[in-house]
Amino acid sequence: MIWNDEFETLPREAIESLQLKRLQQTLEKVYATVPFYRQQFDKVGVMPEQIKSLDDLRRIPFTLKQDMRDNYPYGLFATPLDQIVRIHASSGTTGKPTVVGYTRRDIDNWTEMMARSFTAAGAHRGDVIHNAYGYGLFTGGLGAHYGAEKIGASVIPMSGGNSKKQLMIMQDFGSTVLTCTPSYSLYLAEIAAEEGIDIHSLKLRVGIFGAEPWSEKMRDEIQEKVGIKAIDIYGLSEILGPGVGIECIEAQAGLHIWEDHFIIEIIDPDTGEVLPVGEQGELVITTITKEGIPMIRYRTRDITRIIAEPCICGRTHRRLQRMSGRSDDMLIIRGVNVFPSQIESVLMDIEGVEPHYQLIVDREENLDTLEVQVEVNEKAFSDEIKVLQKLSRTIQDSIKDILGISCRIRLVEPKTIARSEGKAKRVIDNRPK
Amino acid sequence: MKVTQISIFIENKSGRLAEVSRLLGENGVNIRALSLADTSDFGILRLIVDKTDLAKKTLKEGGFTVSKTEVVAVEVPDRPGGLASILKVLDEASVNVEYMYAFVERSAGNAVIIFRFDDVDQAIKVLQENNITVLPGERIYGI
Repeated sequence: MIWNDEFETLPREAIESLQLKRLQQTLEKVYATVPFYRQQFDKVGVMPEQIKSLDDLRRIPFTLKQDMRDNYPYGLFATPLDQIVRIHASSGTTGKPTVVGYTRRDIDNWTEMMARSFTAAGAHRGDVIHNAYGYGLFTGGLGAHYGAEKIGASVIPMSGGNSKKQLMIMQDFGSTVLTCTPSYSLYLAEIAAEEGIDIHSLKLRVGIFGAEPWSEKMRDEIQEKVGIKAIDIYGLSEILGPGVGIECIEAQAGLHIWEDHFIIEIIDPDTGEVLPVGEQGELVITTITKEGIPMIRYRTRDITRIIAEPCICGRTHRRLQRMSGRSDDMLIIRGVNVFPSQIESVLMDIEGVEPHYQLIVDREENLDTLEVQVEVNEKAFSDEIKVLQKLSRTIQDSIKDILGISCRIRLVEPKTIARSEGKAKRVIDNRPK
Repeated sequence: MKVTQISIFIENKSGRLAEVSRLLGENGVNIRALSLADTSDFGILRLIVDKTDLAKKTLKEGGFTVSKTEVVAVEVPDRPGGLASILKVLDEASVNVEYMYAFVERSAGNAVIIFRFDDVDQAIKVLQENNITVLPGERIYGI
């Protein structure tokens, strides 16, 4: 099913001409109303009217997360506050949060994109959407909520936390669609098992998971353990919130980005050069319909590549490969770049290893050390030391073979790695800054 | 003639052993024999108890990873050379010992050795053919 047949299946040329028109309007607007962008354009001597093609976009400087912090809270807003009907802010793990504002039309567009996303994931009127994304400053809860109502589904505004109650509601209310972080869905499966609830007997059919990077292996794990189709959704508050893109249930391969609202580019994160379509690099997004806080060439720090091949679902909007990680999450261990999701993939391939793990990075005598903590479940447990040591060695060797880094494996008791009801904390970096 | 032993995965951090014994104590489980194998990160606690199923259930509910293993209990004359004679028999029959631990029986004054073999049935056969006393599980649970 396609929510907006007209726009979601536009021919490529039509998308691109629409993008150019909307880009030009956006550039003129921000040049006139946002001092930061005026300075950015003036610095390189480019006027909005000189942008005559989509390729010209690369003449404009990038916008960074730091620029949002520097303009905290409202400095990048392109409309006066009396036009803003909603304000959200990022979690901001360091320092001030980044603040975003939405006009009435922004909310409508966001709702439309979430409606498209839900529909792409196979949700429809009649579904009971159990929304366990956090409601609040975080965009996840409300973003998903509006889209769910738009398609005519019954939405349960659960928010995060209180897992036993979540399960009770799922059972009693007959939830058919679950929205939360991927790690939280596995945690719910675990609690269900503890409570003696057969999670497969619930009416749940589809899960829409985002807000943290996850691997294909984790998808398999969720689909098996929870007994649902697991769909990846992409978004970030700086650009919109959830619903910037989503996988379609037909292909489950790559996230369609709503290109009538965004322009995507992939750049080399070191040089800033735009890379040819299909190559992996950092995702840069320009919003072309946003009024409250338009973003011009925003560096997302997410690493991916564009999939330009047509999709079996019929949507013409190009796809992005599942994010292999946010470059902010990238660990550099003894000079080797490692994403937590890569370690996750290795772990999921080993029999008996639970999808709960934590990476502890430290420095001993000027040398980085990596400890991977893995929970030992009954399947992996043996009463013979040598069998457990062999398990440790297998994990260690696989990580060494595939990622080229040496690490120490620490087997820990089940359920001792902290479970998260929001974004899972995979890395503890104890290295001196 | 097999004895059921339970094994528990224990992380190497303070209080874990105490937690196991507390859970068992509170649920009226009596420990008959125990051994702890340890590495720098973790240990495996092996127990023979009077109520195996209750012990396993209690510990699982307490969040521990627990498994059951079949072991063999052998009575050994409490004198020099007692163990050597048994190991010689096993060696000659090429029966492999994974691990073992021992305790002394209160009443009879004999030593009891708990063996974990890779081939339990073969081991019992060899021991019995050589007139070595293999103790039934009930004897051990009820010590």
